[in-house]
Amino acid sequence: MSPTPFLVLSALLFSIGAIGVLVRRNAIVVFMCIELMLNAGNLAFVSFARQVGNLDGQVAAFFVMVVAAAEVVVGLAIIVTIYRTRRSASVDDASLLKY
Amino acid sequence: MIAFWTLAPIMIICAFGMVLARKAVHSALFLAVVMISLAILYADQEAPFLFAVQIIVYTGAVLMLFLFVLMLVGVDTADSLIETLRGQRALAAAAGILLAVLLILAIAQTTIGTVVGLQRANLDGNVPGLASLLFSRYVFAFEVTSALLITAAVGAMVLAHRERLTPKPTQREVVLQRMQDYAAHGIHPGPLPGPGTFARHNSVDTPALLPDGTPSELSISRVMRARGTVRSVAGEAAGPLQIEAPDEESEGGEE
Amino acid sequence: MSHLLYLIILIPAASSAVLFVGGRLTDSWGHLMGAAAPLVSFVLGLIAFFQLRGGSAPSLHQHLWTWIGVNSFQVNFDLLFDPLSALFVLLITGVGGIIHVYSVGYMEHDERRRRFFAQLNLFVAAMLTLVMTSNYLAVFLGWEGVGLASYLLIGFWQQRDSAAVAAKKAFIVNRVGDMGMALAIMLMFHAFGTMSFAGVSRGMPHASGATATALGLLLLLGACGKSAQVPLQSWLLDAMEGPTPVSALIHAATMVTAGVYLVVRSHFIYAQSGAAQTAVIVVGVVTLLWGAIIGCAKDDIKKALAGSTMSQIGYMMLAAGIGPAGYAFAIFHLLTHGFFKANMFLGAGSVMHGMNDDVNMRRYGGLARIMPVTFVTFACGYLAIIGFPGFAGFWSKDRIIEAAFTSSVVAGAGAMIGAAITAFYMTRLMIMTFTSDRRWAQGVHPHESKPVMTIPLIVLAICSVFGGFLTLNGWIVNWLTPVVGPQGHHEAPLASWLITVLVLVMLAIGIGLAYLFFGRRRIPEEQPQRVSPVTRAARADLYGDAFNEAVLMRPGQYLTRALVFIDLRRIDGIVNGLAALVGGTSGRVRRWQTGFVRTYALSMLGGSALIVLALLAVRLG
Repeated sequence: MSPTPFLVLSALLFSIGAIGVLVRRNAIVVFMCIELMLNAGNLAFVSFARQVGNLDGQVAAFFVMVVAAAEVVVGLAIIVTIYRTRRSASVDDASLLKY
Repeated sequence: MIAFWTLAPIMIICAFGMVLARKAVHSALFLAVVMISLAILYADQEAPFLFAVQIIVYTGAVLMLFLFVLMLVGVDTADSLIETLRGQRALAAAAGILLAVLLILAIAQTTIGTVVGLQRANLDGNVPGLASLLFSRYVFAFEVTSALLITAAVGAMVLAHRERLTPKPTQREVVLQRMQDYAAHGIHPGPLPGPGTFARHNSVDTPALLPDGTPSELSISRVMRARGTVRSVAGEAAGPLQIEAPDEESEGGEE
Repeated sequence: MSHLLYLIILIPAASSAVLFVGGRLTDSWGHLMGAAAPLVSFVLGLIAFFQLRGGSAPSLHQHLWTWIGVNSFQVNFDLLFDPLSALFVLLITGVGGIIHVYSVGYMEHDERRRRFFAQLNLFVAAMLTLVMTSNYLAVFLGWEGVGLASYLLIGFWQQRDSAAVAAKKAFIVNRVGDMGMALAIMLMFHAFGTMSFAGVSRGMPHASGATATALGLLLLLGACGKSAQVPLQSWLLDAMEGPTPVSALIHAATMVTAGVYLVVRSHFIYAQSGAAQTAVIVVGVVTLLWGAIIGCAKDDIKKALAGSTMSQIGYMMLAAGIGPAGYAFAIFHLLTHGFFKANMFLGAGSVMHGMNDDVNMRRYGGLARIMPVTFVTFACGYLAIIGFPGFAGFWSKDRIIEAAFTSSVVAGAGAMIGAAITAFYMTRLMIMTFTSDRRWAQGVHPHESKPVMTIPLIVLAICSVFGGFLTLNGWIVNWLTPVVGPQGHHEAPLASWLITVLVLVMLAIGIGLAYLFFGRRRIPEEQPQRVSPVTRAARADLYGDAFNEAVLMRPGQYLTRALVFIDLRRIDGIVNGLAALVGGTSGRVRRWQTGFVRTYALSMLGGSALIVLALLAVRLG
């Protein structure tokens, strides 16, 4: 079947993830929304790989996964460190750039 | 086809659920559903390797990592419903909807052409096909990514490392502290007996009996004690224990 | 002698420079050098004069240097010693030298005497530049120089507010005249490509009538400013704030005559424009009557003499406006006026010196016996100015009235009535000061002045008496013919002897009336307030100042205030408003930096949505 439904689904998931990043205050939930966006991108890659007929898209999705994993590791370590010092994991706490 | 149309609504609903759930753990679980559904969709799109990797790496490792950190950070913390920034929700929804509409519009306007399919690419199998690409055309990216992984691991260790704030107590200090606790508060200085040594029953709500027949408070969870769901062993522990024949022994305690 | 002409200007200029730069070091001997400088120039001028008289050349030239040389704009700084400039040089350095000597004594008790001489020498050098150069631009240089010197000297007693204000007034009114002169010079360059006398004189016959009239009127405007003629006459009476030698030299004998010099020198311009000549005549007649009427009502002796100066220069302007028939007489009267007016001013200074510097004639009286030399010399000047037969003024003024009649009966009649009024106010002055009863203030002990002051008075009195002989055998007319052209023959409506008789009758009427009003009655010590409207008007300078204030000053002030308002409130408002706008906007925009990551994430999402929108629009559109 044509990749169009998959792409539409990917777009929807991406947008929902984007809204989630903007709306949630807990840092870890924000991170999860970012993961959702990355996954939506992966879906698009795989759909296009099938449409084009070579595996480059799947390789790209694979790399995205690897990098996402590394990113999650470091990001969560940072959140843990911040939580240890500040006792709060709210994203709104980092507002020193305020006018 | 069927897979897609079944899973797509589920995924959308779970995505919304993830965004709107109050408790962070619920969000994580919704995300897990989305990720597994995605894995199935990969399988549907002739990407079996990715299907496997998605479940193992993404859902299994990354999401579990999320849950670990959630538990470290505070599993009970729930976001309040009040939005502190004025207009943030409305604007976020508007921007998100705008983006979605534009992307779908763009997709709808493009002519895709015939779907070639991955039959020819997967001729030797999906994994060998991927491997041949990975180690020929993308080998440099592969090597760099491995370096990235190493860096990430080391970085996480460095970030999560906690320095000792107080000097590590030596063996002598530990012993002295234990003796002091025993003298002042009567806390037993030696090691505790292993689990099951004094247990009379293999249910957690039945206390173990010490050699002198009294039930040991240490064998019951505080929570149970607080809830009051502890069975009493009054019948068994009243007097000195008599050693009887195994088949005549009555198990458990009368109510 | 041609090659030494520059010394005539250089010596006073160098003396002035030394006295200015040397400062207090030169205080002890500065006044002596300052007094000697114009006398040395007088000797040199005399030598040049005799050379000119005896020689065959019409004039002596000396080319000094090329002042401005830019393509077609060439101005040479050349000195010209012809009959006209010779007379002026002698007048300036001679009378000027006498007045310098007088000042040595008059300014004896002033601690800034050295500065006074520096400024006086500066004036002499500038005036000599004015009369000796042969290019209008160089004349303008001297013109401005004498204006500067006049400003400095009127305000010499800087600590007096009235002196400072009078100096400013003189300079500003002069400036209006200077505008006329500057415009005339520019017009000359535009029309002829040159500003030298010779060049303009060559080009005038070919110039259009409009150019000639324009030039004539513009130069007249300049002359009015410098010579205190109507409409630019308001500064002269206030200029009496300066020390009396200044009044004598600058505002009687020399600077105020520069306007007449200009008109006579530019005879080739006025020859081409009847309208300009008429304008000169009108200015002359109006001013001679104006000054005379003002002089009748002034109690300040110097102001009365200043009104008299204004009036006499009006006579000179009248004569200059008549044309070749009158030029020589204008210069003749200029010379004689220089003698007797300087004489009378120095005499007034002597009187003031004896009366503790009081200028109010109502507190004089009976000084004839106490100050005999001053009285006799002053009387010589008095008889000269009213035109008493035999004295210098008789010859010069009569000639002018005759020439006026050849031009127009109205002008002649005006000049004659002016003679009567002149006799009236001068007699009044003499009576109030010398012959009437004593009305001295407390503690005043008048005495005759020192010889250093009385000897110059005697010299000038002699000139007032015998100066008229310059017209014997028409000497002065012949002397000036090479410069202004032949006099020509004109028919007068009245016979010459009849005019003389009529003038004498006018004289008698004037003297008689003055004697009736002032000689017979007691002169009140306080100025009477219940007087006729004419007297009130005369006391207010015929409302000249009031007119200037109402027509020029007030509108000017309103304009300035309006401009300041526009500048401060509107223009500054715009500029400040812009700044406030920017500041306000930035203050608003600043609030977008909430510091929250989510806000920034929102802007990123919005931005990316817009980019996608743009891409789509480009692709699909």
